[in-house]
Amino acid sequence: MLLTGAEIIAEVLIEQGATTIFGYPGGAVLNIYDALYEYRDKIRHIMTAHEEGASHAADGYARSTGKTGVVLATSGPGATNLVTGIATAYMDSVPLVALTGNVGTSLIGRDSFQEVYIAGITMPITKHNFVVRDVTQLADVLRDAFRIAQTGRCGPVLVDIPKDVTAAKTEFEPLGPVVIPQPALPAADDIRRAANDINQAARPIIYFGGGVVSSGAEVVLADLIHTANIPACHTIMGTGVIGDSDPLNLGMVGMHGCFTTNKAIDESDLVIAIGTRFSDRVALNTTAFAKHAKIIHIDIDPSEISKNVIAHASLIGDVGAILAAMLPMIAPAEHTEWRERITKWQTEDYVPEDSSEVLRPHQIVSTIARLAGEDAIIATDVGQHQMWAAQYCERTQPRSFLTSGGLGTMGFGYGAAIGAKIANPDRRVVHITGDGSFHMNLNEACTVVSYDLPIITVIVNNTVLGMVRQWQTVFYGGRYSSTSPERKTDFAKVAEGFGLSGVCVRTPAEFEKAFTQALADNKPIWIECLIDKDEKVLPMIPAGGTVRDMITK
Amino acid sequence: MTKKEVLSVLVDNHSGVLARVASLFGRRGYNIDSLTVSATNDPDISRITIVVSGDEAVINQIISQTRKLEETRDIFALNDCRSLLRELLLVKLSANESKRSAIREVADIYGATIVDLSVDSMIVELTGAPSKIDAFLGVIGEYDIIEMCRTGITALERGIKK
Ligand SMILES: Cc1ncc(C[n+]2csc(CCOP(=O)(O)OP(=O)(O)O)c2C)c(N)n1
Repeated sequence: MLLTGAEIIAEVLIEQGATTIFGYPGGAVLNIYDALYEYRDKIRHIMTAHEEGASHAADGYARSTGKTGVVLATSGPGATNLVTGIATAYMDSVPLVALTGNVGTSLIGRDSFQEVYIAGITMPITKHNFVVRDVTQLADVLRDAFRIAQTGRCGPVLVDIPKDVTAAKTEFEPLGPVVIPQPALPAADDIRRAANDINQAARPIIYFGGGVVSSGAEVVLADLIHTANIPACHTIMGTGVIGDSDPLNLGMVGMHGCFTTNKAIDESDLVIAIGTRFSDRVALNTTAFAKHAKIIHIDIDPSEISKNVIAHASLIGDVGAILAAMLPMIAPAEHTEWRERITKWQTEDYVPEDSSEVLRPHQIVSTIARLAGEDAIIATDVGQHQMWAAQYCERTQPRSFLTSGGLGTMGFGYGAAIGAKIANPDRRVVHITGDGSFHMNLNEACTVVSYDLPIITVIVNNTVLGMVRQWQTVFYGGRYSSTSPERKTDFAKVAEGFGLSGVCVRTPAEFEKAFTQALADNKPIWIECLIDKDEKVLPMIPAGGTVRDMITK
Repeated sequence: MTKKEVLSVLVDNHSGVLARVASLFGRRGYNIDSLTVSATNDPDISRITIVVSGDEAVINQIISQTRKLEETRDIFALNDCRSLLRELLLVKLSANESKRSAIREVADIYGATIVDLSVDSMIVELTGAPSKIDAFLGVIGEYDIIEMCRTGITALERGIKK
């Protein structure tokens, strides 16, 4: 059939299963929006307040479902507003297709109105990007974008489309969804050797990350852990893969991980790193990291092997497939002595004190976890509240804790929560944010209201940029430069102005009541929680330090 | 231990490929000593020859990160003994009549050719292994160099790869 470029975009989106997209209109994408009007029964378009919000929403959609998120923006400022969202998805390996309009091909390169070279701008933060200059290539380029976003290590792909290409016509042949090639398994001998190492280890530990989530490997990972009784710990991106109540789950590792977890890595004789990349928040000191251990690295991305920490052995491929192939070679084991030592360390773990008078952050998060239940999806912004959320959220399912791990993007949370709620209308979505982060994206309240999304936003308000202030306390002698903005924002009133409700609470009892009510009402709401500005995220290992440098008060 | 490595990268012959490779190097802070790009016998493929320096871990990272680019068809390090490395030099020397014959003598020894002559300057051209060019420059540097230009290394492996 003879279709315009804009219609081809709609057809390919449908063909690739992208029936929900997030975006914001503008001159360069008018033809596309005109086509979307025609396709409105088949493609749901969610308009956000800001393109950054749309990009985080597409990302939250992808993180919570495993499908590829799609975001659409106009040229120039629309396109540049996507940059933070694209970079966020890139750092956390989220499959995302970003479509941007551009000025007509005859205007490109002339500093025309709303022209930017977005392909150049996004080169370092995309897996790949395209500029389509000819309508006959459009369909295949879009398909390629979906294929690349989902192949191997997932990531964002940008397709920039000049306005005249969306108007031009060409023949279109529908095809099915792109086939994602499965990576080959490593050689059987290599898998056997790794299994032997695991069988022989006296003090093994598994350290896993978001790659387990991408691969859907949580069940086989749990099998491995339980067959050989190997203690496991995870990065922030691995939150929810193994439930916190599992005695073999030692929790989060790294800068704000437990003492036991970091100690266990330090004393282990074998680290099995699965779907993770030894970032500087985990391997704070790359030379001292697990220095008594042999390291086996299992990952889909060969360029991660020995990038930060030297691996003694590596298995490249889909982590789920590799673990499944390895599992029959794993001998059941008890590791009694090792586990007893770990249990003993656990008595030394930092435990925050509860209060009945003032709101303490861990109590806020635990209450959310308890009342919202295991099925709830939690999205966070960035700062102390993010770490408290990670430490106490008690997720038991992968894809239920959405956070910007790699880039640390303040302003990620509300958009991500919107995307997650659109994708999972039957699940609770709770957005945990800080007063600083929320000021960056609270404009998305209008989206939440327009689409009637019952997202509960919990604002952990310490009145300061808590995480930065914590560093100033610990490393800069309390010189609080620009971290106490003295804002006068009345969140409840702002909420009202946007057309949703807002409450402010000061005690655990008030919070519990407000949160229970919010769950019952099932409407969009902001709950502002006032906490002390000197609350810290503990424990903490300073950048570059080891478990011996851990700070606990 | 820092070493120099010559990498041969075969990439899709698209506009923007060079920018993508350069952007990767820029972002990751890799040090490029020289870079040449040119067509190959296959019109769909270009060859980028990059000389980089770093320790072994850095060079391995450069190879695996570059390999990850969508447009990279192949990347390999060229082994010194099994490869031919060539570079072209053009050097303009200040040379009046009295110096000309001395310069010509040096040029002859190195197999360089004098390709241009004016009243008080000459341009010498030399093709060869980079070390030969370095050596030639060492000697010719005794004279007054007005301008010079090196192309950067272009290289091929000898024989047929199995
Ligand atoms: C976009 C962006 N700008 C700046 C930072 C640096 N930063 C990290 S945490 C933080 C403070 C966050 O404050 P808030 O959202 O109030 O959370 P809190 O730490 O108080 O819980 C800042 C400014 C960032 N991560 N992202």
